[in-house]
Amino acid sequence: MNTLCIRSGRVIDPSQNIDQIADLWIQGEKILGIGSNLAPNPDQIIDAKGMIITPGLIDMHVHLREPGREEDETIATGAHSAIVGGVTSVACMPNTEPAIDTQASAEFVILQAKRAGYANVFPIGAITKGREGKELAEIGGLVNGGAVAFTDDGSPVVSAEIMRRAMEYCKGFDKTVLSHSEDLDLTKGGVMNEGFESMRLGLRGLPAAAEEVMIYREIALAELTGAKVHILHVSTKGGVELIRQGKSRGVKASGEACPHHFTLTDKCLRTFDSNYKMSPPLRTQNDIDAILVGLKDNTLEVLATDHAPHAPEKKMRELDQAPNGIIGLETFLPICIQALIIPGVLTWKQMIEKMTINPAKVLGIDRGTLKPNAWADITIIDPDVEWTIDPNRFKSKSRNCPYAGWKVKGRAEKVFVAGVLKQDKSPL
Amino acid sequence: MTSSETAIDCGSWTKKHLLGIEELSVAELETIFKASEFFVEASRNPEKKHTFLKGKVVANLFFESSTRTRVSFGLAARRLGAETIDFSPAGSSVSKGESFIDTAKNILALGVNGFIIRHSVPGTPHLLAQQLGVSIINAGDGAHEHPTQGLLDAFTILQEKKKIKGLTVGLVGDIAHSRVARSNIHTLTKLGAKVIVCGPPTLIPKEIEQLGVRSSYDLDKILPECDVVNVLRIQFERQRSGLFPSIQEYFRLFGMTMDRVKKCRPDMLLLAPGPINRGIELTPEVADMPNSAILKQVTNGLAVRMAVLYLALSAKV
Repeated sequence: MNTLCIRSGRVIDPSQNIDQIADLWIQGEKILGIGSNLAPNPDQIIDAKGMIITPGLIDMHVHLREPGREEDETIATGAHSAIVGGVTSVACMPNTEPAIDTQASAEFVILQAKRAGYANVFPIGAITKGREGKELAEIGGLVNGGAVAFTDDGSPVVSAEIMRRAMEYCKGFDKTVLSHSEDLDLTKGGVMNEGFESMRLGLRGLPAAAEEVMIYREIALAELTGAKVHILHVSTKGGVELIRQGKSRGVKASGEACPHHFTLTDKCLRTFDSNYKMSPPLRTQNDIDAILVGLKDNTLEVLATDHAPHAPEKKMRELDQAPNGIIGLETFLPICIQALIIPGVLTWKQMIEKMTINPAKVLGIDRGTLKPNAWADITIIDPDVEWTIDPNRFKSKSRNCPYAGWKVKGRAEKVFVAGVLKQDKSPL
Repeated sequence: MTSSETAIDCGSWTKKHLLGIEELSVAELETIFKASEFFVEASRNPEKKHTFLKGKVVANLFFESSTRTRVSFGLAARRLGAETIDFSPAGSSVSKGESFIDTAKNILALGVNGFIIRHSVPGTPHLLAQQLGVSIINAGDGAHEHPTQGLLDAFTILQEKKKIKGLTVGLVGDIAHSRVARSNIHTLTKLGAKVIVCGPPTLIPKEIEQLGVRSSYDLDKILPECDVVNVLRIQFERQRSGLFPSIQEYFRLFGMTMDRVKKCRPDMLLLAPGPINRGIELTPEVADMPNSAILKQVTNGLAVRMAVLYLALSAKV
């Protein structure tokens, strides 16, 4: 078996509480360990001086659109886009056409990802058949097919009774339920955060309360059932507080923040650019401040992108008609560095924890660590390289990115998946 | 035509588009009023044909239905010597799924110098202004702005009251969903009027006071203070979406009746952007009383739109 030594980089592995200059050793597809001279005569040595070496990043919230909307993204282009972003594992949402709601459809995702040969792709199964919110999907079959968690993301589960039973049923497989928390009555017709900006622009609002009443419901149901619930894309101050309170009572809840929700506000909509339209919507500075506190005190233990590709002809529409969402895989790392590391909100180790071992724990997958004998998924980050975001260089099929033109610092250069070098140099 | 035709004072006007009042300066508002004054005077002589926009083509691009505004803009463009194209989406490619940008680009290819656009979605004129190289005049974008209505309402107040600064103007009705309300608020607050918005709380956004206005849920309380009352139209579908219980209750609480007029100052000026629903926002007697400037608004609308088209299409950018 080939032995590789990545030499003299700053190795950050929060799963082992490591942040030190060290050599990382790989043997075949697994990690050999961290230290000096773990093997005689390595076959290859990579000099990583000045670089940061982390477990391959995990993005547990992406939309890969296949099957059904291959004009926006495919599993192959999405998984390639992940690698460029330094992300070696993604978990993809089941809101495809048809939905990922059977064992066969979960297996299809895994097969397509294998064929593509970029990042690992872990399917997330639908909670209900066809994501219609009416009957539970065959969760046991989905687990057999490789599904790692369950959600109807894109939509909430409207019925509290069905959500309760889903949580209970998932407990039997030790799987987490992921909640897209939105009260659809309150958000009907909405295109942006409800507040001063929406009033001024005459645009229909989605009130923060629409997210918060649902987060409260999910926390209460998790408390009732003892199940594990993960609140996706938390965007409001009140939402962060509800999760914090739930956790303090011992509820098995986790929370997730997406870069756009702590870097952009609803003021961006003054341009009427649909690249600022997403659900939940961009909120206010007040909400950003609360999300940053939530990231700091670990109320929000996961960073994820909610990568949501849409072909330009669909996104370049009147705001009412443009679909929700932006792509995020290739800007994940630099935007988080800009918003979290540079201002000192989080240390590198804290940030990488939310991009590796924490999402791995929520999903129950054996990734996100550099422990001996773990899969050799590794991201080598140049933390100092300065560059300008240009969506035309992305490997994603879509271009709906609000960060075009941003001057940023840091990106993934070399990326390994199971010991195989998938990227030698960033194309960004 | 003679060179005297270009003798309108354009002040420091440099805007190719009129997308909203919010981005206009007081000086620009005054330039528009001055030009409007010119066209009011000029229209006293209907024989007079202007040639300011001779050789230009102005397209009415109305994705949302309109009668008065469309006709008013069309006539304004023709009075200035322009040719006009009328486009409305029924039976057009839009109903075949063509995007509004493609529709506009296709019409542009016919050789159009300016678009007058109305659309139910806020920001649509702004997107076209980025996409097309020609003048865009916003004739109403969703609940966002209806700049020429804001201008003609203010121009009418100016004409009748000889000033705006220091006046108290009540805007009554569905403020939340009204582009007329927003354009009125921006115009009047810039010019130094005090604005009170009044209606049921379901139709008054709680953030509206951040625009520098006062809000009230009690019409009878504010009427004695108002120099001007501008009665906005109520859309029936709002009742169905649960924003107020019935038209009857709305009328009892916020309808302008002669009884309510008696509580007002004798020189109160009544405006209504229309189309008016007689018996819902106001009674027929109120609409037709001497204090009502409803028909003057329509006449002034033509002059204001001529001024706006003239300024935008001849702006040196």
